[in-house]
Amino acid sequence: MSEQDTLEVRTVEISYFDGTKRTAEIVDREVPYPDGKLIVSRTDPQGIITHANQSFIDMSGYSEEELIGTNHYILRHPDMPAIAFKGLWDTIDQGTKWHGYVKNLRKDGAYYWVKATVIPNIRNGQLVGYTSVRRKPSRSKIEESEALYKTLMAEE
Amino acid sequence: MTFNLTVSPDFAPDHISGWYFFNTWLQRKLDVGIHLELYDNFEAQRNDIRADKFDMIYANPYDASMLVREMGFQAIARPASKSDETVIAVNAESLFQTVEDLKPGSRVATTDDPDVHTMGMIMLESADLDKSNTDIKQHSSYVVVAKNLLNGDADAGFFLKEAYDELSELIRSKMRVLVSSEISVVHHSLLVGPRMVEHIPAIQTALLTMQDDDKGKGVLESMDIKHWEPMDSEQTEFMIDLIDTLIE
Ligand SMILES: Cc1cc2nc3c(=O)[nH]c(=O)nc-3n(C[C@H](O)[C@H](O)[C@H](O)COP(=O)(O)O)c2cc1C
Repeated sequence: MSEQDTLEVRTVEISYFDGTKRTAEIVDREVPYPDGKLIVSRTDPQGIITHANQSFIDMSGYSEEELIGTNHYILRHPDMPAIAFKGLWDTIDQGTKWHGYVKNLRKDGAYYWVKATVIPNIRNGQLVGYTSVRRKPSRSKIEESEALYKTLMAEE
Repeated sequence: MTFNLTVSPDFAPDHISGWYFFNTWLQRKLDVGIHLELYDNFEAQRNDIRADKFDMIYANPYDASMLVREMGFQAIARPASKSDETVIAVNAESLFQTVEDLKPGSRVATTDDPDVHTMGMIMLESADLDKSNTDIKQHSSYVVVAKNLLNGDADAGFFLKEAYDELSELIRSKMRVLVSSEISVVHHSLLVGPRMVEHIPAIQTALLTMQDDDKGKGVLESMDIKHWEPMDSEQTEFMIDLIDTLIE
């Protein structure tokens, strides 16, 4: 848990790129990234989850059944600026690797920070999906990202 | 025609004879000649792999990536329930309790094992450490890495978990594990190259039934492998994609 966590609970309506919305209870409580683990998921070319490893299930708080077949935006935290994900999609659409720091929303409303890498999966020259692997970020990178995303949110 | 087999040089020296037994066993099963060549460092082996010297390779995941994507090899089997994990250890007396206690300027002892080194560096990232602000020294073996920790010449050392667990009780009692990776989907595999493709079905059959007779079972034991599991191309591609996300 980070020192600034207030444990405050707020109800937020999250709108996704495809026009769908959901109401989520957001708790200002950080769940620390587990040492030595990688959180791994794969999606189809549209960002629908096709594979989740155990660390992903444990950290997101969702069951495997809940995750598979769901859009990856299920983890989107309202503190994340849309432009960060635009950068992700623009990069992977060009067939290149994307790195970034992401604040993720758990099923229970708490959050966790990751350093994420997303790469396109190419088979016989065809895009078949994407793989994302997350690792533990440093405290200083989390603080930098928090400040940056706050500024970007204010501009959106 | 004689084929050439090599084995990633990261296994414990106790298992060297196991690979010779394996080679003899496989030649009998397939009725072909196979020459086994072992290396004591990754660099020399990688140069020979690039020079297309080999037809069958028991490769670490990092080399598997190059073999499949650049040299047309196919992964056909993996050792059951054995994955490649990395340990960062310190001297048992040191004040470091977590990775985040390591500071810029830390002295890191490593080997030329590409997987372990990559994963070790990734686990240091959470302490804001990278190659620009640490003093990294490459050593010839995990025993030498351990010695550097014991005599105070390094603050942290990277080990293949399997190799760490096989160090003597005495050495291990003088070290402490700061962090151990739990990735589970990154592992060694047995790959076959283009010249040997026609033998793949026979090799797979032989490997997958190896534990069924006493001879095969004995060979597996001497290699410290329980049994082989089949690997298909999608499993291989998945592992390679994952490794791709971990390297620059
Ligand atoms: C492989 C892959 C993994 C992703 N992982 C996450 C993630 O962990 N958290 C997240 O908020 N978005 C993730 N995204 C991005 C989402 O698809 C989505 O763009 C984002 O949540 C923003 O939602 P929006 O596009 O509806 O605004 C991932 C996308 C891909 C292709």
